[in-house]
Amino acid sequence: MPVSLLCAVDVYGRVYSLSTGGQQWEQCRDAVLEFKRVTAVQQCCWGIACDHHIYLNVHSSDVPIRYQEETFENQRWNPVDNFSDRLLPSDRWQWSNITGLEHQPLDSFFLPSTNWEWEGDWYIDENFGGEPTEKEGWTYAIDFPATYTKDKKWNSCVRRRRWIRYRRYKATDTWAKIPSEGHSGPLPDPFNDISCGGWEISEEPRGRLSLWAVSLQGKVWFREGIHHHSPEGDGWEEVSLPGEVVQISCGPGDLVWAVLWEGQLIVREGITRDCPQGSSWVVVDSPNPEAGAIHVAVGDNVVWAVTKDNKVWFRRGINSYNPRGSGWIGMVGEMVMINVGLNDQVWGISCEDRAVYFRQGVTSSELSGKAWKAVNVPRDGDIRSHSSASSSSLHSAGCFFSGEVRAQSVMSEDSDTENGPQRAVLEGATTAFTAGPSIPEEVASLREAEAKSPPPVLVLSPSLSGGPGDPQWSNVDLEEAQTHLAVGPAGVRGDAADTCSLSSVATYTLCQEEPYGADEHPLWAWVSGGGCGVDCHSQLNWFNSATALASSVQSMSLSISPAQTAAWRKQIFEQLSERSKREMDNFKHYEQAIEQSVWVKKGTMQWWRDWKPHKWVDVKFALEQFSGPEGNQDGILFLYYNFNEEKKYLHAFINEVTILVPVLNDSKHTFAIYTAERTKQRWPIRLAAATELEMHDWLALLSVSCCDSRGIQGPPSKQALWSVTCKGDIFVCEPSPSLEACPYPTPCDQMFWHQVGGHLRLVECNSLGVVWGVGYDHTAWVYTGGYGGGFLQGLASSTDNIYTQTDVKCVYIYENQRWNPVTGYTNRGLPTDRYMWSDATGLQECTKANTKPPSPHWTWVADWAIDYGISGGTDREGWQYAADFPTSYHGHKTLKDFVRRRRWARKCKLTTTGPWQEVPPIPLSDVTIIPCGAQSSVEPIPLWAISNKGDVLCRLGVTLLTPAGTSWLHVGTDQPFKSISIGGANQVWAIARDGSAFYRGSVSAQSPAGDCWYHIPSPARQKLQQVSVGRTSVYTVDQHGNLWFRQGLTPSYPQGLSWEHISNNVRKVSVGPLDQVWIIADKVQGSHSLSCGTVCHRLGVQPMEPKGQSWDYGIGGGWDHITVRGNSFEAPRVRMPSVTPSLTTSLTDPLRPPPTRKLLSFGNTENGNAVRC
Amino acid sequence: MADDKDVLRDVWFGRIPTCFTLYQDEITEREAEPFYLLLPRMSYLTLVTDKVKKHFLKVMKAEDVEEMWFDFEGTSLKWHYPIGLLFDLHASNTALPWNITVHFKNFPERDLLHCPSNSVIEAHFMSSIKEADALKHKSQVINDMQKKDHKQLWMGLQNDKFDQFWAMNRKLMEYPTEEGGFRYIPFRIYLTMSDRPFIQKLFRPISPDGHTHTLGDLLKEVYPVAISNDDESKRYQVVIHGIEPLLETPLQWLSEHLSHPDNFLHISVIPAPSD
Repeated sequence: MPVSLLCAVDVYGRVYSLSTGGQQWEQCRDAVLEFKRVTAVQQCCWGIACDHHIYLNVHSSDVPIRYQEETFENQRWNPVDNFSDRLLPSDRWQWSNITGLEHQPLDSFFLPSTNWEWEGDWYIDENFGGEPTEKEGWTYAIDFPATYTKDKKWNSCVRRRRWIRYRRYKATDTWAKIPSEGHSGPLPDPFNDISCGGWEISEEPRGRLSLWAVSLQGKVWFREGIHHHSPEGDGWEEVSLPGEVVQISCGPGDLVWAVLWEGQLIVREGITRDCPQGSSWVVVDSPNPEAGAIHVAVGDNVVWAVTKDNKVWFRRGINSYNPRGSGWIGMVGEMVMINVGLNDQVWGISCEDRAVYFRQGVTSSELSGKAWKAVNVPRDGDIRSHSSASSSSLHSAGCFFSGEVRAQSVMSEDSDTENGPQRAVLEGATTAFTAGPSIPEEVASLREAEAKSPPPVLVLSPSLSGGPGDPQWSNVDLEEAQTHLAVGPAGVRGDAADTCSLSSVATYTLCQEEPYGADEHPLWAWVSGGGCGVDCHSQLNWFNSATALASSVQSMSLSISPAQTAAWRKQIFEQLSERSKREMDNFKHYEQAIEQSVWVKKGTMQWWRDWKPHKWVDVKFALEQFSGPEGNQDGILFLYYNFNEEKKYLHAFINEVTILVPVLNDSKHTFAIYTAERTKQRWPIRLAAATELEMHDWLALLSVSCCDSRGIQGPPSKQALWSVTCKGDIFVCEPSPSLEACPYPTPCDQMFWHQVGGHLRLVECNSLGVVWGVGYDHTAWVYTGGYGGGFLQGLASSTDNIYTQTDVKCVYIYENQRWNPVTGYTNRGLPTDRYMWSDATGLQECTKANTKPPSPHWTWVADWAIDYGISGGTDREGWQYAADFPTSYHGHKTLKDFVRRRRWARKCKLTTTGPWQEVPPIPLSDVTIIPCGAQSSVEPIPLWAISNKGDVLCRLGVTLLTPAGTSWLHVGTDQPFKSISIGGANQVWAIARDGSAFYRGSVSAQSPAGDCWYHIPSPARQKLQQVSVGRTSVYTVDQHGNLWFRQGLTPSYPQGLSWEHISNNVRKVSVGPLDQVWIIADKVQGSHSLSCGTVCHRLGVQPMEPKGQSWDYGIGGGWDHITVRGNSFEAPRVRMPSVTPSLTTSLTDPLRPPPTRKLLSFGNTENGNAVRC
Repeated sequence: MADDKDVLRDVWFGRIPTCFTLYQDEITEREAEPFYLLLPRMSYLTLVTDKVKKHFLKVMKAEDVEEMWFDFEGTSLKWHYPIGLLFDLHASNTALPWNITVHFKNFPERDLLHCPSNSVIEAHFMSSIKEADALKHKSQVINDMQKKDHKQLWMGLQNDKFDQFWAMNRKLMEYPTEEGGFRYIPFRIYLTMSDRPFIQKLFRPISPDGHTHTLGDLLKEVYPVAISNDDESKRYQVVIHGIEPLLETPLQWLSEHLSHPDNFLHISVIPAPSD
C-alpha cells in the first residue's frame, strides 16, 4: 500500500498531515497562514486560509507539471525573396496556431500566473510525425491548409515550422494563493467552505478535478478548468441555488451534496462527463425534523450527514442512478463534522473530545462501517507549539477578557515570533478556526452596517447560542486585538466578533465543553481524507498509544522479522551446522535407521484428452515420490484413463516436467503440465481439479517436487530468466552456463520454469539481482528477495519478504447497434449481425449481466461504465460509427454509417501475495535496468522507466541494498514515450509513442540522466514499438512484429547507421548482458497445435556475429514477456575447428529441425534480412 | 543468512551415529557383532530399531528372547522420549558413536513402559501432539484436522518424510498475528539429577506488558538454578537438539522451529562438563 496522507486542521489553524505509514501528525511547516478548512485529494490540497482566500498546495512529484506551448511560423515562397514571411493577404497569420486561425506571435504567450516559470526559450521542433526534419524544422506544402511533408518539392509554395516552449508549475509543496476572481471581476464576498473531488467523472483532460466553494453569503461557486496541466483552474462560475448554502461536499464521482442554512440538504443532479458542474438541485429533508443538518460528507456511493444536535446519519440507497438515496439511518456517535475519503472511508471529529475518529469496517458491502475508533498518535512539535500558544494566549486573554474567558480562548493563534514578518499577510484577518460555518467580523459588521436582512446565521442560531452577556469564544489573535484596541476600528472588530460568535452555528459545542488542560493537544477542527488511500484491509498504526506501539514494534522485530541478524539466530544456525558436522560427517557410512520408501498421493481429476474429439474425461491421478540415487527427491506422475473399455495410463517423470501453468478461467480450475516433448507438440497435459483449493494443493505439491528433483530451492538466483504470461503469472528459470553455449546450447524446450507469487504485466531484471515489475494497473513493484506467495505456501514460500499485491484491470464489452430508417439506431440487428452485446470480435455474446471477471481471483470493484478512451474516438455518448460491423470505427456519424458500437469497461481487482513491494507513487508503463557482468559492482545502478503518461524517468539511489531506489529524476521530452532500454555501457534508447526512436546522449555514471535526445529515423514506413539494448546490440520491434537490428554502432558513433531486418513474427525482444537475444514470438506451430506468445532463443549469437542465425523454440502459449538481462553466465568456451557458414547452419539446425514450425522466419546471414518461408 | 526453513530441515535431519552392543549376559549361540546405525533424533527408539532386533535375533535362540530394551551406561532408555532428547540428556558430552546396550531379558518394569507394537508409539505421539495443541490453540487446530491429517503427521514421522509431515504440521504452528504467539508454549524441561521426570508449567510467549519472553525468561521462572550468574562458572548446559541456544532467543521462535514432532520443546538441563 503506498503511503498517502490524511489532512487535518487544529483549532489554531495549523494544518497537519498523518501518513498512512506513520504514527505522528506532521505539521505543515510551510503554512505561514492559518487555515480554516482544507480539502485534500491525492495530488494536491486546497484550503481556505484565515484571510478567506483560497490557497492551493500541489504536492511535489518527481515528474513536474509542465505544459508545452506551441506556435507555428508560416512562410510563402515568392520568386524574389524565395521563402519569406511575406504572405498573401488571404493567407493565415505569419505566426499562428496549428489551424492558422489564431494569431500567435511568440511574444503573445504569458505565464498564466506567478506560480509558473518558463523552462527555457522557444525552440524549433525538428520531429515531424516520428521522423526527423531538416535542421530548420520546415515542413512544406502546396498551399495552406494542406498536407505537409518534410521534403521540399518543386510545387512547395508554402512552408511552416513548429516552435515549442515549456512552462513549469513551480509552486509545489507551498500554499499558492488563488485569485478570487470570477468572470466579471473579483468575487463579492469571501469563501467559507470548499470541497474538491470529481476526479472519477472523466479522464479527459488528465487529472481533472471539480472544486466547489461556498461563500459567506451562501452562494456556491464552481471552479472551472482544473486539470493536470492547469492545477489552479481558470475561474469561478456561480451556480444558481434554491437557498443559501452553509457547506458543500463533493465526492470522487458524481455525488455533490450541500447543506442549506435552513437545515435541509440539496443534491446536485445532472453531473456528467460533459457537464461536471451538473444541472439542477433537488432538496432532501434533514434527517431530523427538529434539528436541521449542519454538515454533509459524500463519497463514491455514500452520504453522511450531521445534524445540529451532533447526531450522525447515514443515507441509504445511494447509487449513481439515484444520487438522492432513499432514507436516513441514525448512527452511533456524536460528531462535529465528517469527511469521506477514498474508498468511501469515513473520518469524523467527535463532539465530545474533538479528536479525529476513523470509521472502522467500512467495506464496499458494508458502507456504513462498524465502529468509530479514535486516531491516537502524537503530533510533532507538540511541546513547542503548546507552550508558546497556550501561555501567550492565556496570558493575553487574561489581560483582555474577564477571567472566565481565559480557559475558553481556544481560538487564539500561535503567536510565534519567528512568524512575525509574515503576520503582515494576516493583517486585518481574523479568523474562525472552528468546525462550523462562522462569520468573520468584517462581513458581520458589513452586514450590520448595511442593515441587510438578518444574516441567515441568526435563523439557525437562537437555540444554540448562549446568553448575550456571556462571551463564549474569541477568534481574534488576542495580542493583535489588544494592540488594535487602541485604534478605533479594532474595537469595532472586537465587538463584531463577539456578536457574531454568539450566533455562530458550530462553535457552541466547543464552548459548552470543558476547557482543555495545558497538557492536552489543541482540539481538531477539520479533517480531510480525500487524499488518503486506505481501505478496510489497511494496517494502520494510528490507534495505539505511542509507548505500547514502541514495545510491540520491538517485540515484532525479535520474533517475526527474521531479516534482522540477531545474535541468537546466527548462533543457532552455526551450532546446528556444527552439530551436523560433529554427529554425521564421520559416520556417513552408517546405515540409516529408516529406509526411504515411496510416498504416493492420489486424486481424481479431469483430463483434456489427447485424441479427437477432445473433451474432458475423468481420470485417476497419482504422484509417486521417492528418493533418487543421490538422495534427491524424484517422482513419477501417473494418469489412469479408460480407452475403449481398456485401462491405460500415461506417465511423466517429475524431473522431466518443464513447467506447471495454472489456467484459471471462470468455468474450470485447470492447469497444464509441459515436458520438453509436450512443448514441441504445443500440447500440454491439461488437467482440471474439482475445486480451486484442490488445484492449488496439487500445484503446490507438484511444484515442490519438481523443484526438489532439480535441486532448486529458495529465491531465484541473480542470473535467473524471468517471464510473465498473459494471465500475469510470473515464472523464473535458472539458467545453466550451457544455455548460451555455442554451438550446442541447452535446447530451449528443456528449460525448467517455476512460478513465483504475484501478478505483473512485465518484469525486468539485471545480473546484480535488481528486479522490477509493472502491474496491469501500471503500479511499479520491486522484488524483495523472497520466494513463494500466491498458492505456493508453507515450505515452498519464504516467511518474510512476502507482501500483499493487488492489481486492477478492465474487462471490456461492446454494445452494438444497427441503424434502420424507421427507428434510427436500435439494438435490433440483422439476423446475420453479431450479438448486440459482444466481445471485441463480436463472436461471443457478452452482456453486462453474464460477463464475469476473468477468473475467480478477480472481483468487480466498480460498475459498468462507458469507455470514451477507445482508439478511433467516440461521440459524446461514447458511440463509434462504421459502415458495417467488422470495419474500422470513427467517433462521428456520417451518412454512410449504418452501425455503431460503444465500449463498456468494468474494473476488477485481484489480491494475491508475492515477493514484491510497491514503488509509489508514479505509475509506469516500462522499466529497464542496466545489464552488466555478474562481478561488476555498479553503484548506483542505472534504472530508467517510462511513466504511464509517457514521461521518461531516471531512478536515483538504486543500489543492491536499496533496489527500490529513492526518487525519480524527470528527463524532459517533446512527446510521450512508450519503451526504453539501457545498455551495458549506459546507452539509453527509447521509443516515442509516435513510433520514432531516440538515443540519449552523454549518459554516464557522473551524469545519470544524460544531456539530450538524438532522433533516430525509424525503418522505412514502420512505427517502432519496443527496444532492448544489451552489451552493445540494439534491437527493436515494430508494430507489425518485425525485429530490427541496429547496424554500425561504434563507441564513437553510438547512434549507429541503419536498421537491419532480422525476423518477422516477433512481439517482444530482450537482449541480455552478453548480447544474447530472446524474443516472444507471435505464433509458433507445433506438431499438435499452435501456440501464441512463445519464448524463443536466437541461436548462433557471437561477439562477431551479434545477429545470430536461427531460432530455438521454448515454452509457449500465452507468454507476454521475457527478460534475460540477468543472465551473465559466460558460456564455456569450446574451441571448434573453423567451420564454414553452411556447416554451422547444419550443425545448429539438426539440433532443432522442426519442419512444422514455419511461421518464424530464419535470419539469412547473407544480407541480414529475414526471408519468409 | 540462512532462511528459518533451513533450521526446520537441519533439525529434522539430525542423526545420531549409534553402536548397538548386545548385553554381555545375554545367551547367544555365537558372538554378536555390534550393530551400527544412524538414528534420527526426532524419532523414537522402538520405532527405528527393527533392524537392530533382526540383527541380534540371528545369533539368539527364540526362547531366550523377551521384549527388547536399551540402556546407556546403566541408565534404562525410555522409548517414549525422542531419541535426540535421550542422547542430549544422557550422552551429550561422550564420544561418538553412542554406545547403547541391547537387552532381551529382565525388562525393568519400574523404569520403562512396555512397547508391544508401533500403535502404542503412535498413540503416545498423537496424545503428545494433542496436549501441545491444547496448550497452543485450545485444541482448535488439532480438532479441526481430519483423521487422515493425523495419520499424515504420524506417517511423516514414521517414514521420515519431512515434506509430508510439515505440510500438516505447519498448521499446528500458526497463530493469530495480533496475538504474537501461541497461548502457552508446550515445553518440558528435563533434569538428569532429579527424581522428577520433567518440569512442565503454563508459560506464555508474550508477557502481559507485551514483551517477548525468551528462553532465559522461561528458565528464570521455572528452573532458575539452570542459569549461572556472571561471577560463577557455568554449572549447567541448556541443550535443545544438541545445541545450546542463547538465553535471549525468543521462546515463540524456539517453539516454532526447535520443537520435536510431538510439538513439545524438549529442553535438557545437564551438568556442564567439568573441564
